Amino acid sequence: MNLNVPFALVGYIEPWWMVVIKSIVFAVIGLQLVPIVLLMERKILGRFQNRYGPNRVGPYGMMTPIADVIKLLSKEPFRPKTAIGWLFELAPVLSIVAAFGALALIPYGPVVDIFGTATGLYGIDVSIGALYLFAFGAVSFYSVMLGGWASGSKYSFLGSMRACAQLISYEVPQGMALIGVIMTAQTMSLTGIVEAQQAMWFIVPQFFGFIVFMVASFAETNRPPFDLAEADAELTGGYNTEFGGSKFTLYFFAEYLNLIVLSGVATAIFLGGWLLPFGIDAPNWVGPFVVIFKMLLFVTFFIWVRATLPRLRYDQLMSLGWKVLLPLATLNALVTAIVVVVF
Amino acid sequence: MAWNPEADVIEVVRGPDKPGGAGGLYRAFGETLRGLKTTFGQLRMGVDTIQYPEEKVPVYPRFRGRHQLHRFEDSGLEKCVGCSLCAASCPADCIRVVAAENTPENRVSAGERYAAVFEINLSRCIFCGYCEVACPFDAITMGHEYELSAANRSDLIFTKEMLLAEPLERTPLRAEGE
Repeated sequence: MNLNVPFALVGYIEPWWMVVIKSIVFAVIGLQLVPIVLLMERKILGRFQNRYGPNRVGPYGMMTPIADVIKLLSKEPFRPKTAIGWLFELAPVLSIVAAFGALALIPYGPVVDIFGTATGLYGIDVSIGALYLFAFGAVSFYSVMLGGWASGSKYSFLGSMRACAQLISYEVPQGMALIGVIMTAQTMSLTGIVEAQQAMWFIVPQFFGFIVFMVASFAETNRPPFDLAEADAELTGGYNTEFGGSKFTLYFFAEYLNLIVLSGVATAIFLGGWLLPFGIDAPNWVGPFVVIFKMLLFVTFFIWVRATLPRLRYDQLMSLGWKVLLPLATLNALVTAIVVVVF
Repeated sequence: MAWNPEADVIEVVRGPDKPGGAGGLYRAFGETLRGLKTTFGQLRMGVDTIQYPEEKVPVYPRFRGRHQLHRFEDSGLEKCVGCSLCAASCPADCIRVVAAENTPENRVSAGERYAAVFEINLSRCIFCGYCEVACPFDAITMGHEYELSAANRSDLIFTKEMLLAEPLERTPLRAEGE
Protein backbone atom coordinates (compact mmCIF):
# COMPACT_ATOMS: atom_id res chain seq x y z
CA MET A 1 0.00 0.00 0.00
CA ASN A 2 1.42 3.32 -1.02
CA LEU A 3 1.22 5.72 1.90
CA ASN A 4 2.61 8.67 -0.04
CA VAL A 5 -0.76 9.30 -1.62
CA PRO A 6 -2.46 12.14 0.29
CA PHE A 7 -5.37 10.97 2.38
CA ALA A 8 -7.63 13.69 1.10
CA LEU A 9 -7.24 16.04 -1.80
CA VAL A 10 -8.34 19.53 -0.86
CA GLY A 11 -9.11 21.60 -3.91
CA TYR A 12 -7.77 25.04 -3.09
CA ILE A 13 -7.82 27.25 -6.15
CA GLU A 14 -7.92 30.62 -4.47
CA PRO A 15 -5.15 32.56 -2.65
CA TRP A 16 -4.94 32.18 1.13
CA TRP A 17 -6.52 35.56 1.92
CA MET A 18 -9.59 34.62 -0.11
CA VAL A 19 -9.87 31.41 1.94
CA VAL A 20 -9.87 33.47 5.14
CA ILE A 21 -12.55 35.88 3.85
CA LYS A 22 -14.57 32.97 2.50
CA SER A 23 -14.54 31.05 5.76
CA ILE A 24 -15.61 34.12 7.73
CA VAL A 25 -18.44 34.78 5.28
CA PHE A 26 -19.71 31.20 5.37
CA ALA A 27 -19.47 31.03 9.16
CA VAL A 28 -21.50 34.24 9.37
CA ILE A 29 -24.07 32.92 6.91
CA GLY A 30 -24.38 29.75 8.97
CA LEU A 31 -24.76 31.69 12.20
CA GLN A 32 -27.34 33.98 10.62
CA LEU A 33 -29.38 31.04 9.44
CA VAL A 34 -29.73 29.72 13.00
CA PRO A 35 -32.04 32.48 14.30
CA ILE A 36 -33.99 32.37 11.05
CA VAL A 37 -34.52 28.63 11.43
CA LEU A 38 -35.38 29.06 15.11
CA LEU A 39 -38.05 31.62 14.34
CA MET A 40 -39.28 29.61 11.35
CA GLU A 41 -39.65 26.56 13.52
CA ARG A 42 -41.71 28.35 16.14
CA LYS A 43 -43.85 30.21 13.64
CA ILE A 44 -44.56 27.21 11.41
CA LEU A 45 -45.09 24.89 14.36
CA GLY A 46 -47.56 27.44 15.69
CA ARG A 47 -49.49 27.48 12.43
CA PHE A 48 -49.61 23.70 12.44
CA GLN A 49 -51.21 23.90 15.87
CA ASN A 50 -53.68 26.65 14.91
CA ARG A 51 -51.84 29.41 16.77
CA TYR A 52 -49.63 32.32 15.77
CA GLY A 53 -46.39 31.41 17.43
CA PRO A 54 -44.21 34.14 18.90
CA ASN A 55 -45.36 37.61 17.77
CA ARG A 56 -44.62 39.91 20.70
CA VAL A 57 -40.92 40.81 20.49
CA GLY A 58 -40.31 43.13 17.57
CA PRO A 59 -42.38 43.22 14.38
CA TYR A 60 -43.99 39.81 13.81
CA GLY A 61 -41.92 38.49 16.71
CA MET A 62 -38.76 38.65 14.65
CA MET A 63 -36.58 39.58 17.61
CA THR A 64 -37.62 36.49 19.59
CA PRO A 65 -34.45 34.45 18.89
CA ILE A 66 -32.29 37.41 19.91
CA ALA A 67 -34.30 37.89 23.09
CA ASP A 68 -33.90 34.17 23.68
CA VAL A 69 -30.15 34.28 23.36
CA ILE A 70 -29.86 37.38 25.54
CA LYS A 71 -31.91 35.61 28.18
CA LEU A 72 -29.74 32.50 28.00
CA LEU A 73 -26.48 34.42 28.07
CA SER A 74 -27.47 36.53 31.05
CA LYS A 75 -28.22 33.48 33.17
CA GLU A 76 -26.12 32.37 36.09
CA PRO A 77 -23.38 29.95 35.00
CA PHE A 78 -24.41 27.00 37.10
CA ARG A 79 -22.26 23.98 37.63
CA PRO A 80 -23.27 20.90 39.60
CA LYS A 81 -21.01 19.71 42.42
CA THR A 82 -20.61 16.35 40.73
CA ALA A 83 -19.58 17.81 37.36
CA ILE A 84 -16.27 16.52 36.08
CA GLY A 85 -13.78 19.36 35.73
CA TRP A 86 -12.86 20.78 32.38
CA LEU A 87 -14.84 18.18 30.43
CA PHE A 88 -18.00 19.94 31.55
CA GLU A 89 -16.69 23.14 29.98
CA LEU A 90 -15.27 21.45 26.90
CA ALA A 91 -18.28 19.39 25.79
CA PRO A 92 -20.51 22.28 24.57
CA VAL A 93 -17.58 23.90 22.78
CA LEU A 94 -16.85 20.60 21.06
CA SER A 95 -20.44 20.40 19.83
CA ILE A 96 -20.37 23.82 18.20
CA VAL A 97 -16.91 23.24 16.75
CA ALA A 98 -18.09 20.02 15.11
CA ALA A 99 -21.17 21.76 13.74
CA PHE A 100 -19.09 24.59 12.27
CA GLY A 101 -16.61 22.12 10.82
CA ALA A 102 -19.36 20.37 8.92
CA LEU A 103 -20.83 23.71 7.85
CA ALA A 104 -17.75 24.35 5.71
CA LEU A 105 -18.74 21.48 3.48
CA ILE A 106 -21.97 22.91 2.06
CA PRO A 107 -21.44 24.06 -1.53
CA TYR A 108 -23.29 27.27 -2.39
CA GLY A 109 -22.14 27.50 -5.97
CA PRO A 110 -19.47 26.62 -8.52
CA VAL A 111 -16.15 28.35 -8.96
CA VAL A 112 -16.90 31.96 -9.82
CA ASP A 113 -14.88 35.04 -10.58
CA ILE A 114 -14.91 37.57 -7.72
CA PHE A 115 -12.96 40.75 -8.62
CA GLY A 116 -10.61 38.79 -10.83
CA THR A 117 -9.99 36.01 -8.28
CA ALA A 118 -11.33 32.56 -9.05
CA THR A 119 -13.28 31.57 -5.93
CA GLY A 120 -15.24 28.45 -5.15
CA LEU A 121 -18.52 29.25 -3.43
CA TYR A 122 -17.99 26.58 -0.79
CA GLY A 123 -16.08 26.51 2.45
CA ILE A 124 -13.87 23.60 1.52
CA ASP A 125 -13.96 21.10 -1.33
CA VAL A 126 -12.40 17.86 -0.15
CA SER A 127 -12.15 14.73 -2.25
CA ILE A 128 -13.65 12.76 0.67
CA GLY A 129 -16.63 15.08 1.20
CA ALA A 130 -19.06 12.54 2.59
CA LEU A 131 -16.47 11.00 4.91
CA TYR A 132 -15.57 14.47 6.18
CA LEU A 133 -19.22 14.97 7.03
CA PHE A 134 -19.41 11.71 8.96
CA ALA A 135 -16.14 12.46 10.72
CA PHE A 136 -17.52 15.70 12.11
CA GLY A 137 -20.79 13.97 12.90
CA ALA A 138 -18.79 11.50 14.96
CA VAL A 139 -16.99 14.31 16.78
CA SER A 140 -20.34 15.78 17.72
CA PHE A 141 -21.21 12.43 19.41
CA TYR A 142 -18.30 13.07 21.72
CA SER A 143 -19.80 16.36 22.79
CA VAL A 144 -23.08 14.64 23.59
CA MET A 145 -21.41 11.76 25.40
CA LEU A 146 -18.93 13.90 27.31
CA GLY A 147 -21.62 16.41 28.15
CA GLY A 148 -23.86 13.75 29.65
CA TRP A 149 -21.04 12.01 31.46
CA ALA A 150 -19.29 15.10 32.76
CA SER A 151 -22.44 16.52 34.34
CA GLY A 152 -22.38 13.72 36.89
CA SER A 153 -26.15 13.32 36.85
CA LYS A 154 -27.97 10.10 36.09
CA TYR A 155 -30.54 11.71 33.82
CA SER A 156 -27.85 13.36 31.75
CA PHE A 157 -25.94 10.12 31.62
CA LEU A 158 -28.98 8.11 30.53
CA GLY A 159 -29.76 10.73 27.91
CA SER A 160 -26.25 10.71 26.54
CA MET A 161 -26.14 6.90 26.43
CA ARG A 162 -29.38 6.88 24.49
CA ALA A 163 -28.17 9.63 22.21
CA CYS A 164 -24.95 7.81 21.42
CA ALA A 165 -26.64 4.50 20.72
CA GLN A 166 -29.11 6.29 18.48
CA LEU A 167 -26.55 8.40 16.64
CA ILE A 168 -24.21 5.49 16.00
CA SER A 169 -27.04 3.24 14.81
CA TYR A 170 -28.36 5.82 12.41
CA GLU A 171 -24.99 6.88 11.09
CA VAL A 172 -24.69 3.43 9.49
CA PRO A 173 -27.83 3.58 7.29
CA GLN A 174 -27.13 7.23 6.55
CA GLY A 175 -23.69 6.33 5.21
CA MET A 176 -25.07 3.38 3.29
CA ALA A 177 -27.72 5.60 1.74
CA LEU A 178 -25.00 7.91 0.46
CA ILE A 179 -23.05 5.07 -1.13
CA GLY A 180 -25.61 4.81 -3.91
CA VAL A 181 -25.19 8.49 -4.70
CA ILE A 182 -21.42 8.28 -4.52
CA MET A 183 -21.40 5.34 -6.95
CA THR A 184 -23.68 7.15 -9.36
CA ALA A 185 -21.70 10.39 -9.22
CA GLN A 186 -18.32 8.57 -9.21
CA THR A 187 -17.03 11.11 -6.68
CA MET A 188 -17.25 11.87 -2.99
CA SER A 189 -16.71 15.60 -3.23
CA LEU A 190 -19.98 17.45 -2.70
CA THR A 191 -19.31 19.93 -5.50
CA GLY A 192 -18.58 16.97 -7.77
CA ILE A 193 -21.85 15.34 -6.72
CA VAL A 194 -23.77 18.53 -7.50
CA GLU A 195 -22.13 18.80 -10.89
CA ALA A 196 -23.04 15.18 -11.65
CA GLN A 197 -26.72 16.16 -11.27
CA GLN A 198 -26.80 18.39 -14.35
CA ALA A 199 -29.02 15.92 -16.20
CA MET A 200 -31.20 14.76 -13.32
CA TRP A 201 -31.31 15.42 -9.57
CA PHE A 202 -30.37 12.36 -7.55
CA ILE A 203 -33.69 12.41 -5.73
CA VAL A 204 -35.18 10.63 -8.76
CA PRO A 205 -32.74 7.73 -9.38
CA GLN A 206 -31.82 7.45 -5.70
CA PHE A 207 -35.31 7.79 -4.25
CA PHE A 208 -34.89 5.03 -1.64
CA GLY A 209 -31.52 6.40 -0.72
CA PHE A 210 -33.16 9.79 -0.24
CA ILE A 211 -35.84 8.39 2.06
CA VAL A 212 -33.32 6.46 4.15
CA PHE A 213 -31.05 9.49 4.31
CA MET A 214 -33.90 11.73 5.44
CA VAL A 215 -35.12 9.34 8.14
CA ALA A 216 -31.56 8.91 9.39
CA SER A 217 -31.11 12.69 9.32
CA PHE A 218 -34.00 13.09 11.73
CA ALA A 219 -32.20 10.76 14.11
CA GLU A 220 -28.81 12.39 13.53
CA THR A 221 -30.10 15.86 14.35
CA ASN A 222 -32.03 14.61 17.40
CA ARG A 223 -35.24 15.96 15.97
CA PRO A 224 -38.69 14.58 16.68
CA PRO A 225 -39.79 11.81 16.16
CA PHE A 226 -36.31 10.62 17.14
CA ASP A 227 -35.60 13.09 19.93
CA LEU A 228 -35.03 10.34 22.46
CA ALA A 229 -31.81 11.94 23.61
CA GLU A 230 -33.81 14.71 25.20
CA ALA A 231 -37.13 12.99 25.75
CA ASP A 232 -38.32 15.59 28.23
CA ALA A 233 -41.06 13.43 29.69
CA GLU A 234 -38.63 10.67 30.65
CA LEU A 235 -35.25 12.30 31.04
CA THR A 236 -36.05 15.88 32.08
CA GLY A 237 -34.00 17.09 29.12
CA GLY A 238 -31.40 14.44 28.33
CA TYR A 239 -27.69 15.05 28.02
CA ASN A 240 -28.04 18.81 28.43
CA THR A 241 -30.06 18.70 31.66
CA GLU A 242 -27.28 20.19 33.78
CA PHE A 243 -26.17 22.78 31.26
CA GLY A 244 -27.53 26.28 31.57
CA GLY A 245 -26.80 29.75 30.33
CA SER A 246 -24.08 30.09 27.76
CA LYS A 247 -23.20 26.37 27.74
CA PHE A 248 -26.76 25.48 26.89
CA THR A 249 -26.74 28.20 24.23
CA LEU A 250 -23.82 26.45 22.57
CA TYR A 251 -25.64 23.11 22.55
CA PHE A 252 -28.77 24.83 21.32
CA PHE A 253 -26.94 26.56 18.48
CA ALA A 254 -25.07 23.41 17.57
CA GLU A 255 -28.32 21.48 17.35
CA TYR A 256 -29.83 23.94 14.91
CA LEU A 257 -26.55 24.31 13.05
CA ASN A 258 -26.53 20.54 12.60
CA LEU A 259 -30.03 20.75 11.22
CA ILE A 260 -28.89 23.41 8.75
CA VAL A 261 -25.80 21.41 7.80
CA LEU A 262 -27.80 18.27 7.13
CA SER A 263 -30.34 20.27 5.14
CA GLY A 264 -27.49 21.73 3.13
CA VAL A 265 -25.92 18.33 2.55
CA ALA A 266 -29.25 16.84 1.54
CA THR A 267 -29.69 19.79 -0.83
CA ALA A 268 -26.30 19.22 -2.41
CA ILE A 269 -26.65 15.46 -2.64
CA PHE A 270 -30.26 14.91 -3.61
CA LEU A 271 -31.70 18.24 -4.73
CA GLY A 272 -29.00 19.37 -7.12
CA GLY A 273 -27.38 22.03 -4.93
CA TRP A 274 -27.23 25.31 -6.80
CA LEU A 275 -28.74 23.86 -10.00
CA LEU A 276 -32.17 25.02 -11.05
CA PRO A 277 -34.72 22.43 -12.17
CA PHE A 278 -35.43 21.57 -15.83
CA GLY A 279 -31.93 22.60 -16.88
CA ILE A 280 -32.63 26.33 -16.53
CA ASP A 281 -29.34 28.16 -16.88
CA ALA A 282 -28.96 30.88 -14.28
CA PRO A 283 -26.12 33.34 -13.64
CA ASN A 284 -23.69 32.27 -10.95
CA TRP A 285 -24.86 34.72 -8.31
CA VAL A 286 -28.25 32.95 -8.16
CA GLY A 287 -26.57 29.78 -6.85
CA PRO A 288 -26.28 30.66 -3.14
CA PHE A 289 -29.88 31.86 -3.02
CA VAL A 290 -31.08 28.66 -4.65
CA VAL A 291 -29.11 26.60 -2.12
CA ILE A 292 -30.44 28.57 0.84
CA PHE A 293 -33.99 28.31 -0.51
CA LYS A 294 -33.69 24.55 -0.86
CA MET A 295 -32.14 24.29 2.59
CA LEU A 296 -35.04 26.18 4.13
CA LEU A 297 -37.37 23.87 2.22
CA PHE A 298 -35.75 20.91 3.98
CA VAL A 299 -35.93 22.73 7.31
CA THR A 300 -39.65 23.30 6.74
CA PHE A 301 -40.06 19.59 6.10
CA PHE A 302 -38.22 18.82 9.36
CA ILE A 303 -40.63 21.14 11.18
CA TRP A 304 -43.64 19.62 9.44
CA VAL A 305 -42.61 16.15 10.56
CA ARG A 306 -42.03 17.44 14.08
CA ALA A 307 -45.60 18.71 14.13
CA THR A 308 -46.89 15.36 12.90
CA LEU A 309 -45.19 12.33 14.37
CA PRO A 310 -45.05 11.25 18.01
CA ARG A 311 -41.79 10.14 19.59
CA LEU A 312 -40.79 6.53 19.02
CA ARG A 313 -40.24 4.07 21.83
CA TYR A 314 -36.58 3.20 22.27
CA ASP A 315 -36.81 -0.41 21.01
CA GLN A 316 -38.87 0.76 18.04
CA LEU A 317 -36.15 3.27 17.27
CA MET A 318 -33.47 0.62 17.34
CA SER A 319 -35.40 -1.90 15.28
CA LEU A 320 -36.27 0.77 12.71
CA GLY A 321 -32.62 1.64 12.37
CA TRP A 322 -31.13 -1.82 12.18
CA LYS A 323 -33.96 -3.94 10.76
CA VAL A 324 -35.53 -1.55 8.27
CA LEU A 325 -33.26 1.30 7.28
CA LEU A 326 -29.99 -0.61 7.14
CA PRO A 327 -31.33 -3.44 4.88
CA LEU A 328 -33.08 -0.85 2.70
CA ALA A 329 -29.92 1.20 2.37
CA THR A 330 -27.82 -1.88 1.65
CA LEU A 331 -30.27 -3.08 -0.97
CA ASN A 332 -30.25 0.36 -2.52
CA ALA A 333 -26.45 0.36 -2.65
CA LEU A 334 -26.41 -3.14 -4.17
CA VAL A 335 -28.97 -2.35 -6.85
CA THR A 336 -27.17 0.89 -7.68
CA ALA A 337 -23.89 -0.99 -7.96
CA ILE A 338 -25.40 -3.49 -10.38
CA VAL A 339 -26.99 -0.74 -12.44
CA VAL A 340 -23.77 1.28 -12.54
CA VAL A 341 -21.69 -1.72 -13.61
CA VAL A 342 -24.13 -3.22 -16.12
CA PHE A 343 -25.33 -0.06 -17.89
CA MET B 1 -83.58 -10.75 34.38
CA ALA B 2 -80.72 -12.97 33.42
CA TRP B 3 -77.52 -11.28 32.35
CA ASN B 4 -76.98 -11.54 28.65
CA PRO B 5 -73.27 -11.38 27.90
CA GLU B 6 -73.92 -10.79 24.23
CA ALA B 7 -74.83 -7.15 24.83
CA ASP B 8 -71.56 -6.43 26.62
CA VAL B 9 -69.25 -7.94 24.06
CA ILE B 10 -67.07 -5.23 22.54
CA GLU B 11 -65.68 -5.88 19.12
CA VAL B 12 -61.99 -4.99 19.01
CA VAL B 13 -60.93 -3.52 15.71
CA ARG B 14 -57.42 -4.57 14.80
CA GLY B 15 -55.13 -3.63 11.97
CA PRO B 16 -55.32 -5.49 8.64
CA ASP B 17 -52.56 -7.93 9.58
CA LYS B 18 -49.87 -8.42 12.12
CA PRO B 19 -47.16 -5.79 12.59
CA GLY B 20 -43.72 -6.00 11.12
CA GLY B 21 -42.53 -7.24 7.76
CA ALA B 22 -42.67 -5.52 4.42
CA GLY B 23 -46.45 -4.96 4.70
CA GLY B 24 -46.00 -3.24 8.04
CA LEU B 25 -43.27 -1.04 6.64
CA TYR B 26 -45.42 -0.05 3.69
CA ARG B 27 -48.35 0.68 6.01
CA ALA B 28 -46.17 2.73 8.35
CA PHE B 29 -44.96 4.78 5.40
CA GLY B 30 -48.53 5.32 4.20
CA GLU B 31 -49.73 6.26 7.66
CA THR B 32 -46.87 8.74 7.99
CA LEU B 33 -47.95 10.38 4.76
CA ARG B 34 -51.53 10.43 6.01
CA GLY B 35 -50.37 12.11 9.21
CA LEU B 36 -48.45 14.71 7.23
CA LYS B 37 -51.58 15.39 5.21
CA THR B 38 -53.61 15.82 8.41
CA THR B 39 -51.21 18.36 9.88
CA PHE B 40 -51.10 20.18 6.57
CA GLY B 41 -54.88 20.40 6.73
CA GLN B 42 -54.54 22.10 10.11
CA LEU B 43 -52.28 24.65 8.44
CA ARG B 44 -55.09 25.67 6.13
CA MET B 45 -57.65 25.94 8.93
CA GLY B 46 -56.14 29.19 10.15
CA VAL B 47 -55.51 30.44 13.66
CA ASP B 48 -57.82 30.30 16.66
CA THR B 49 -55.75 32.46 18.99
CA ILE B 50 -57.37 35.51 20.57
CA GLN B 51 -54.68 38.17 20.93
CA TYR B 52 -55.62 38.85 24.54
CA PRO B 53 -54.49 42.26 25.68
CA GLU B 54 -55.57 43.81 22.39
CA GLU B 55 -58.56 41.58 21.79
CA LYS B 56 -60.83 40.39 24.57
CA VAL B 57 -63.37 37.66 24.80
CA PRO B 58 -66.75 39.36 25.43
CA VAL B 59 -68.28 38.45 28.78
CA TYR B 60 -71.89 37.46 29.41
CA PRO B 61 -74.19 40.08 30.97
CA ARG B 62 -74.43 38.06 34.19
CA PHE B 63 -70.65 37.65 34.44
CA ARG B 64 -69.54 38.34 38.01
CA GLY B 65 -66.48 40.59 37.86
CA ARG B 66 -65.36 43.33 40.21
CA HIS B 67 -68.07 45.00 42.34
CA GLN B 68 -69.50 48.39 41.59
CA LEU B 69 -71.36 50.81 43.86
CA HIS B 70 -74.11 52.90 42.31
CA ARG B 71 -75.63 56.34 42.65
CA PHE B 72 -79.13 57.53 41.80
CA GLU B 73 -78.97 58.94 38.34
CA ASP B 74 -81.22 61.94 39.00
CA SER B 75 -80.05 63.19 42.40
CA GLY B 76 -76.53 61.82 42.37
CA LEU B 77 -76.98 60.42 45.90
CA GLU B 78 -75.41 57.09 46.76
CA LYS B 79 -77.75 54.14 46.84
CA CYS B 80 -75.87 52.49 49.70
CA VAL B 81 -77.36 53.21 53.12
CA GLY B 82 -74.65 51.47 55.11
CA CYS B 83 -76.83 48.60 56.36
CA SER B 84 -73.93 46.08 56.27
CA LEU B 85 -76.13 43.28 54.94
CA CYS B 86 -73.56 42.66 52.22
CA ALA B 87 -70.83 42.32 54.83
CA ALA B 88 -73.03 39.94 56.78
CA SER B 89 -73.77 37.79 53.76
CA CYS B 90 -70.17 37.65 52.54
CA PRO B 91 -68.80 34.11 53.00
CA ALA B 92 -65.22 35.28 52.52
CA ASP B 93 -65.64 38.15 54.98
CA CYS B 94 -64.05 40.63 52.64
CA ILE B 95 -66.42 43.61 52.94
CA ARG B 96 -66.01 46.24 55.64
CA VAL B 97 -68.75 48.85 56.14
CA VAL B 98 -68.71 51.68 58.70
CA ALA B 99 -71.95 53.61 58.69
CA ALA B 100 -72.51 57.26 59.58
CA GLU B 101 -75.61 59.46 59.95
CA ASN B 102 -76.73 61.71 57.13
CA THR B 103 -77.21 65.31 58.18
CA PRO B 104 -79.05 68.03 56.22
CA GLU B 105 -75.73 69.78 55.57
CA ASN B 106 -73.94 66.65 54.49
CA ARG B 107 -76.34 64.42 52.64
CA VAL B 108 -74.58 61.51 51.01
CA SER B 109 -77.18 58.81 50.54
CA ALA B 110 -80.92 58.67 50.09
CA GLY B 111 -81.59 56.90 53.39
CA GLU B 112 -81.02 57.82 57.03
CA ARG B 113 -77.43 56.62 57.16
CA TYR B 114 -74.65 56.22 54.63
CA ALA B 115 -71.48 54.19 54.37
CA ALA B 116 -68.61 56.32 55.63
CA VAL B 117 -66.19 53.51 54.91
CA PHE B 118 -66.90 50.85 52.34
CA GLU B 119 -63.97 48.59 51.54
CA ILE B 120 -63.79 45.35 49.62
CA ASN B 121 -60.67 43.27 49.96
CA LEU B 122 -60.52 41.75 46.48
CA SER B 123 -57.67 39.46 47.42
CA ARG B 124 -60.19 37.61 49.61
CA CYS B 125 -63.33 38.00 47.48
CA ILE B 126 -64.53 34.79 45.87
CA PHE B 127 -66.90 36.57 43.42
CA CYS B 128 -69.93 34.61 44.60
CA GLY B 129 -72.33 37.54 44.19
CA TYR B 130 -74.07 37.07 47.56
CA CYS B 131 -73.53 40.76 48.39
CA GLU B 132 -75.43 41.71 45.26
CA VAL B 133 -78.28 39.41 46.28
CA ALA B 134 -78.31 40.63 49.87
CA CYS B 135 -78.40 44.34 49.04
CA PRO B 136 -81.95 45.74 49.51
CA PHE B 137 -81.32 48.83 47.36
CA ASP B 138 -79.29 47.35 44.47
CA ALA B 139 -76.47 49.61 45.59
CA ILE B 140 -73.76 47.00 45.00
CA THR B 141 -73.64 44.90 41.84
CA MET B 142 -71.06 42.67 40.29
CA GLY B 143 -69.48 44.48 37.33
CA HIS B 144 -67.70 43.05 34.35
CA GLU B 145 -64.07 43.94 35.05
CA TYR B 146 -61.85 40.94 35.47
CA GLU B 147 -58.37 42.42 35.03
CA LEU B 148 -57.65 42.78 38.71
CA SER B 149 -53.94 42.28 39.11
CA ALA B 150 -51.95 44.58 41.37
CA ALA B 151 -48.33 44.91 42.37
CA ASN B 152 -49.04 44.40 46.07
CA ARG B 153 -51.85 43.18 48.25
CA SER B 154 -52.86 46.51 49.72
CA ASP B 155 -53.65 47.74 46.19
CA LEU B 156 -56.37 45.11 46.05
CA ILE B 157 -58.37 46.72 48.88
CA PHE B 158 -60.87 48.81 46.96
CA THR B 159 -62.31 51.84 48.71
CA LYS B 160 -65.73 53.40 48.21
CA GLU B 161 -64.41 56.02 45.78
CA MET B 162 -62.82 53.34 43.63
CA LEU B 163 -65.97 51.25 43.64
CA LEU B 164 -68.18 54.22 42.79
CA ALA B 165 -65.99 55.39 39.91
CA GLU B 166 -66.83 54.49 36.34
CA PRO B 167 -64.48 51.80 35.04
CA LEU B 168 -61.70 53.21 32.85
CA GLU B 169 -62.28 50.68 30.14
CA ARG B 170 -65.47 48.82 29.41
CA THR B 171 -65.24 45.06 29.12
CA PRO B 172 -66.84 43.91 25.84
CA LEU B 173 -70.22 42.38 26.48
CA ARG B 174 -71.97 39.68 24.54
CA ALA B 175 -75.70 39.39 24.02
CA GLU B 176 -77.61 37.05 26.32
CA GLY B 177 -78.69 34.72 23.54
CA GLU B 178 -75.21 34.39 22.02
